[in-house]
Amino acid sequence: MQKKLVLDSNQLDITLDRLCQQLIEAHSHFSDSVILGMQPRGIFLAELIHAKLEKLVKKKIPLGYLDTTFHRDDFRRREIPAKASETRVNFMIEGKNVILIDDVLFTGRTVRAALDAMIAFGRPSKVELLVLVDRKYTRDLPISADYVGRYVDTLESQRVLVELEAQGYRQNKIWLINKDK
Amino acid sequence: MSKLSQRHLLGIKNLTRQDLELIFETADNFKDVINRPIKKVPSLRDVTIANVFFENSTRTRLSFELAEKRLSADVVNFSTSTSSVKKGETLLDTVNNILAMKVDMVVMRHASVGAPHFLAKHIKANIINAGDGTHEHPTQALLDTFSIREKLGTVEGKKIAIIGDILHSRVALSNIFALKKLGAEVMVCGPPTLLPKYISSLGVMVEWDVKKALAWCDVANVLRIQLERQQIKYFPSLREYSLYYGINKKILDDLKKDIVLMHPGPINRGVELTSDAADSHHSIILDQVENGVAIRMAVLYLLAGAN
Repeated sequence: MQKKLVLDSNQLDITLDRLCQQLIEAHSHFSDSVILGMQPRGIFLAELIHAKLEKLVKKKIPLGYLDTTFHRDDFRRREIPAKASETRVNFMIEGKNVILIDDVLFTGRTVRAALDAMIAFGRPSKVELLVLVDRKYTRDLPISADYVGRYVDTLESQRVLVELEAQGYRQNKIWLINKDK
Repeated sequence: MSKLSQRHLLGIKNLTRQDLELIFETADNFKDVINRPIKKVPSLRDVTIANVFFENSTRTRLSFELAEKRLSADVVNFSTSTSSVKKGETLLDTVNNILAMKVDMVVMRHASVGAPHFLAKHIKANIINAGDGTHEHPTQALLDTFSIREKLGTVEGKKIAIIGDILHSRVALSNIFALKKLGAEVMVCGPPTLLPKYISSLGVMVEWDVKKALAWCDVANVLRIQLERQQIKYFPSLREYSLYYGINKKILDDLKKDIVLMHPGPINRGVELTSDAADSHHSIILDQVENGVAIRMAVLYLLAGAN
């Protein structure tokens, strides 16, 4: 198994700062904006960005977790049913600007399921997608991200691994992994 | 692992503790779903489920039907009173005919012990036992233990008394299996004629005095006297049963602690429970009903997804 480093801890920090600035540029005061982290791995990134943003704009921004398991389109097509995680959306999203956050954008199917899951909580006025890593040319659906940390050219057989301190890793690192043939 | 060890839910007896915990964790998520403004998820969109009820039921059938609809499954209902079973069709023929119409799962209640086990051997669809005679009623035990876990935080180490007609109760047997697997202490209490002779071989304590049982337990699960299954007299009269085994508010108030009161329904008010006890703050009877939908969604989801 070969591993290639895509982003190290310092680079990741710079990237996150840049993403936050872009968000502030688009949402200015965040008066009608909410953040939804996608379970299971997008929530750690969402928490990081949420903490940075609150410091920068000096106000509370609603943060929720969205689980897409029951809305996936591969149920009964995979060996084992996907395990559900907690959905925690303690605020209204009706009429809000929602920022969906996930770590890696690959086929786009999880994002499709997330859009579906999100509608159960109301009709947002606008939805945007932020991802840390956008795997180019791998999309199954016409979905693209509004804010991207890093574009990566990948083969379908490769995997992108995001290791964050919040997930229990020693350092923030993002890897590109070649699976053994 | 997020997969059950079984293809069918025939009873609690053949589930593992991991299975029970997986069902509970999944039900936690579904309980959240059914409390949202939009209570429906599309998981079982291409799954057809037949609810085949050879015996009467209100709660269980409604609960299954709601669970199926909340998961977006297609549902067909079947009950004996309006079907060709009256004309002499066998169980296997009836179910095979239903399956010929491309049904993926069968939820079945039957008066005969082992009916769902028999079906599971002969047909391909997933089977969920919604009660077979006096044998098992697995989803009831799951929702009972789930409700205890929700109310007390855990089932492990808790003391549960099951009170009433143990002999004819499938709820009692399934509950005993589930509670023992989860590490609870279990006591059964009732008139000696309504306690199975070798029940203690299941690792449960036996008590004849309801007040002692209540003083011992953290949770009392009170069962109905199943007159429809009793061919002979097991006690002199309902009035006498109610006098010795009926639970009222005064008995609960005289205990020096708060216990949790459960009942699988239907309640015979004034027999095993008086109204003031059933509607008191001890009672989680309606929480049980709410949890029933979440538990059944979890079971349907986990069984349907493992194909």
